[in-house]
Amino acid sequence: MSMNSQGRPTVAATAATSAIPDTFTGNRALQIEEALLFEVGRHDITGVDLDEPSHFTPRLGKLARKLPIDLPGLSEPETMRHYVRLSQKNYAIDSGLYPLGSCTMKHNPRLNEKVARLPGIGDVHPLQPLSTVKGAVELMAELGRWLIEMTGMKAVALSPKAGAHGELCGMMAIKAAIAAKGETRNIVLVPESAHGTNPATAALIGFKVVTVPARADGTVDPEAVKALLSPDVAAIMLTNPNTCGLFERDVVEIAAAIHAAGAYFYCDGANFNAIVGKAKVGELGVDAMHINLHKTFSTPHGGGGPGAGPVVLSERLAAFAPLPFVRMEASGPVLVESEEALLPGETPFGRMTAFHGQMGMFVRALSYMLSHGSDGLQQASEDAVLNANYVRAGLRDLMSQPSGDRTCMHEVLFDDTFLEGTGVTTLDFAKAMIDEGYHPMTMYFPLVVHGAMLIEPTESESKASLDLFIATLRDLVMKAKAGDLERFQQAPRFAPRRRLDETRAARAPKLKWEKPEPWVEAAAAE
Amino acid sequence: MRYLPHSEADRQAMLAAIGVGSIDDLFADIPRDLRVHGLDLPKAAGELSVERTLGRLSAQNVAASFVPFFVGAGAYKHHVPATVDHLIQRSEFLTSYTPYQPEITQGTLQYLFEFQTQVAHLTGMEVANASMYDGSTATVEAVLMAHRITKRSKAVLSGGLHPQYRAVVESLSPMAGDTVDALPADPTGTEDILAAIDAETSCVVVQSPSVYGHLIDLAPIAAKAHEVGALLVAVFTEAVSLGLVEPPGAQGADIVVGEGQSIGNALSFGGPYVGLFATRQKFVRQMPGRLCGETVDAEGRRGFVLTLSTREQHIRRDKATSNICTNSGLCALAFTIHMTLLGETGLARLARINHANAVKLAESLSALPGVSLLNDSFFNEFTIRLPGDAAAIVESLAAKGVLGGVPVSRLEPGRGELADLLIVASTEVNTDEDRAAFVAALAEVLA
Repeated sequence: MSMNSQGRPTVAATAATSAIPDTFTGNRALQIEEALLFEVGRHDITGVDLDEPSHFTPRLGKLARKLPIDLPGLSEPETMRHYVRLSQKNYAIDSGLYPLGSCTMKHNPRLNEKVARLPGIGDVHPLQPLSTVKGAVELMAELGRWLIEMTGMKAVALSPKAGAHGELCGMMAIKAAIAAKGETRNIVLVPESAHGTNPATAALIGFKVVTVPARADGTVDPEAVKALLSPDVAAIMLTNPNTCGLFERDVVEIAAAIHAAGAYFYCDGANFNAIVGKAKVGELGVDAMHINLHKTFSTPHGGGGPGAGPVVLSERLAAFAPLPFVRMEASGPVLVESEEALLPGETPFGRMTAFHGQMGMFVRALSYMLSHGSDGLQQASEDAVLNANYVRAGLRDLMSQPSGDRTCMHEVLFDDTFLEGTGVTTLDFAKAMIDEGYHPMTMYFPLVVHGAMLIEPTESESKASLDLFIATLRDLVMKAKAGDLERFQQAPRFAPRRRLDETRAARAPKLKWEKPEPWVEAAAAE
Repeated sequence: MRYLPHSEADRQAMLAAIGVGSIDDLFADIPRDLRVHGLDLPKAAGELSVERTLGRLSAQNVAASFVPFFVGAGAYKHHVPATVDHLIQRSEFLTSYTPYQPEITQGTLQYLFEFQTQVAHLTGMEVANASMYDGSTATVEAVLMAHRITKRSKAVLSGGLHPQYRAVVESLSPMAGDTVDALPADPTGTEDILAAIDAETSCVVVQSPSVYGHLIDLAPIAAKAHEVGALLVAVFTEAVSLGLVEPPGAQGADIVVGEGQSIGNALSFGGPYVGLFATRQKFVRQMPGRLCGETVDAEGRRGFVLTLSTREQHIRRDKATSNICTNSGLCALAFTIHMTLLGETGLARLARINHANAVKLAESLSALPGVSLLNDSFFNEFTIRLPGDAAAIVESLAAKGVLGGVPVSRLEPGRGELADLLIVASTEVNTDEDRAAFVAALAEVLA
């Protein structure tokens, strides 16, 4: 079987025929084969009662719609059934552990959902008079205060809509700061272990990305950084704790070298969950760091979004924070939205988004912070690190760690050395976890490790939950070593779908429903 | 602490299994002098206390549902059926991760496939993605995409484009190597954008309905753009307009971007919202953001997967089409559920109600002495000229309990000649009483 350089198979496997007899419907008890909306909806049905307006003269000019809308509708009961059935095909944190390294899949408190729906938060418009939304601006100021205290930084840009958007914000601030000094610097240093968004972000705004090689244990050697420094280097983008789950112990020396060269230190805050209340990034020499509210601060992942990525900024970058930002005045917090409202010393590089940012995520994150408090936040970080090391302790004799057994932070990294000779790949191992009732861990990331498996349990898992998870992985390892290939290569066997043909999806992309040709429909009816 | 399952006994047992004496041993890699000993923040609070704190902040704000409400300019107050908010709070939607393991996320993937189809049909385009963060970031991503396709770097922006959308484009595009030619504000809907299109233009970005409410005939603009080898990027901020107005895809648009908030999503003080992005099939490999595609599984059953990922950051890194790692999942779900409940019959009727309400309101307001309507055409939003400073008038209206629209000076503060203009939105939530209250309050303020 062909593999890429990280040990990931590049051709899909095929399954043996299922031994379970089919039903008439194709359903399997509670698992319903739900058709597409476009196959069951009708164009003349609507699930919303609206009264046709009385006669009026339209003012559409010549632009009244002529092209048919061509969208089916469903009544309310049919709608409910369609989406409830779809939901039953999804894994979720509410159902089980996600050992996803770097994603911090912790519990999403329901209190957060309740407060996000308070009328004065959920039902206010960003452009209504500011005198009618003072509490909303104060909420943003309060969130900013917590983020600044937790990180020891000087200012915060709240508006980025996601982590990668926060990275972009931080790097744009750095680019603006450099231009303000009248300099041109074209290079950004990125470790080879970095998340793909780091080089993508730097390249997007015109920087050339130069890779910093990692030590054998994945950490960054200050000498390797110094060797690459020049007046053309704008910044380094480091993740700390790094993507291998380790604290970059030389971070202060790296920061000093970067600053001495006139460059800036961008920190990817994806792994902030390990150090809240334990270390302040401002004291490590960081100039900008995005914080993933949907990771560290429990806002729900929602099947892929929305997220939020506010960016904390050092003294050197504070002036460049984009519009809008909250300014603390004697009378209280003020939302600054335009260049006309700026004071001397405020030089925003521009605007990241229309309106003010992800207020729905701000309130959820603040609710989490208020609930935990300074003591709870510190305890959460400690439990996150404790849980990852407990998983490490339970697996270290059976699974291989790339730089030997050593203390990790909130996530533990394994490679696929322990699977050598078994015929089982990291991918197969992950799919077998699905049959056991677990979402797989992060696989094939970071790229610096072959067949990487990155496990981050978070502080939300009980000891009993971790004990069962550890026991399950131990069993899987032993089955792999005992040669039980079918269990892995045929996995998953019990999920709503077997392995899907991703090659076929990419080769002939089918990205929307197409009405079948009449002869296809006729043949199906026979 | 209610979210942390361990007892002290658990922690001790776990430390023993790891083989360390205390939790501090696990943080040994943090240099001693950098260790934090306590944060200057309040201690843990129970639910009751947190509800009170946030409830007090909420109570200071005037919510849209409780007053006559006519504020738009890029985000719109619509009624969202109870079914929508209920379904998006189901555990398996709310707390699920990105569908990178498709065997156990067919729920998410199927609704994304349906969403993509709905967006393509609504906009009249061949293909749509699984959503962007919002309309403004979708717009700048479209400009960057046009640059990749045409290999040109000059973007022309209509004066009817939302000023904050313009600001987003003007902030990012130059850093990405583009120049931006932004036409002056166009409150009367009479700009000559054709004159600004030449052989160096990569794209022309036109919003319809414009921020001032005008319906723009996109076909001649598309024709001129195509003549010189440029692309038309059509923008909308009110998705409900597509129920009654000819969609950009039928007028020659190459890329269509917009804000989907109007369908299924709350106002939420500006976010989270949901960006819509659609284009021609031939440009699909240049599209940013997530894409969901149909395939089969190992037993030949139809299924869905994220696809064409080689465009994205986790594969291509510094050669990716963009740095995006998220879509607006749950907001896209809210959009697709609401759109399913509406169907084309419901959407068209909803759009007619919106337009009818705006027509009624425009007639009443422009009948007031000193008030004139700038629009010949509009959907559910229009601009009026007032006999005085619009921002001050809006504050006076607010003091009388009416939220009467967005003064143009809020979006274009440095422009004194626009200070007497007010953008007014009217949706299905407005009743005859609301309109009467607005007209009466404005008459009093102007007297």
